[in-house]
Amino acid sequence: MIFSFEIPLLILLLLTAAGAIIVKDLISAVLILGSYSFVLALVWAWLGAVDVAFVEAVVGAGLATVFFLLTLFNASPKDTEIRRQPVPFIAFLGLPMLGLLLLFAAEDLPEFSDPKSPASVHVSPEYLEQSYQKTDTENVVTSVLMDYRGFDTLIETAVIFTAGIACALLLRRDSK
Amino acid sequence: MINPHDSVIVRTMSRMLIPLIQLFALYVLFFGQYGPGGGFVGGVMLGTSLILGILVYGRDGVPCRAARKLMHGDGVGLIIFAGVGGICLVMGGQFLNYSSLEIPLADDARRRYLGILMTQIGVAVDIAVTAISIVFSLSPINDTEDTEPSRD
Repeated sequence: MIFSFEIPLLILLLLTAAGAIIVKDLISAVLILGSYSFVLALVWAWLGAVDVAFVEAVVGAGLATVFFLLTLFNASPKDTEIRRQPVPFIAFLGLPMLGLLLLFAAEDLPEFSDPKSPASVHVSPEYLEQSYQKTDTENVVTSVLMDYRGFDTLIETAVIFTAGIACALLLRRDSK
Repeated sequence: MINPHDSVIVRTMSRMLIPLIQLFALYVLFFGQYGPGGGFVGGVMLGTSLILGILVYGRDGVPCRAARKLMHGDGVGLIIFAGVGGICLVMGGQFLNYSSLEIPLADDARRRYLGILMTQIGVAVDIAVTAISIVFSLSPINDTEDTEPSRD
């Protein structure tokens, strides 16, 4: 049955996302956000995107949690206090309408795993058919990331390098 | 802020776990062409294993000193990645077109395979070093804090 995994995962996802917003202190929110990433990784794995699930589990649940916690431990308690504004009345009116609009737009999206959908008729068949002969690499995702889309990955690597440099420039005050 | 952890359980377990994490990270890195994973995940896991060591053994522990040495390699990964592309360019092909890497005894597909492997190592090095560098940035480790009194 198709709904046997979908519905519990979706409920868990919504619960952890809401919990991270509602909870009273920030450390609990960070940990709940980590569990949210794990549930999201399960969703990706269930959809068949194993590489994305791997990255989500390692980065979202592991590395990002460590970064958040280190930031929280170094901030003063006055800065990490949560001051919640009361929800304005217009949000109760506007957000359901936005949700309805998005659901209405989602009607036009192609069916999941539809072979005739625009995304899977353009260049995907070429990758799936020829990437093993051309690159000797069994994992299509790796060959697309590193060879067919090598420029994108190069710039992504540069972005991550820039992030590290920017953190060092902004936060390290002890170095000469 | 980074002080060694007191608990014997945590220290023993992390001494056992850190090599395992690093082994798995290397597996993910080098088998990314056969299964899920690749340079990004492998690099993050290599970085996290050292971060675990830093958090558990403190600023005087071996992982912290190793990580400090590693931080001098900031940008090496990017140079590896762009350098492989540049070698392709020098050898008469297009930038990042690995089939023009002139590796002997390798046909076109094998050259692309080796090119992908080298660039993945570059990505992994870049990401591991960046993760460690961000952790050092976020945790103020003042070498002068204990020895030198503040002047203001």
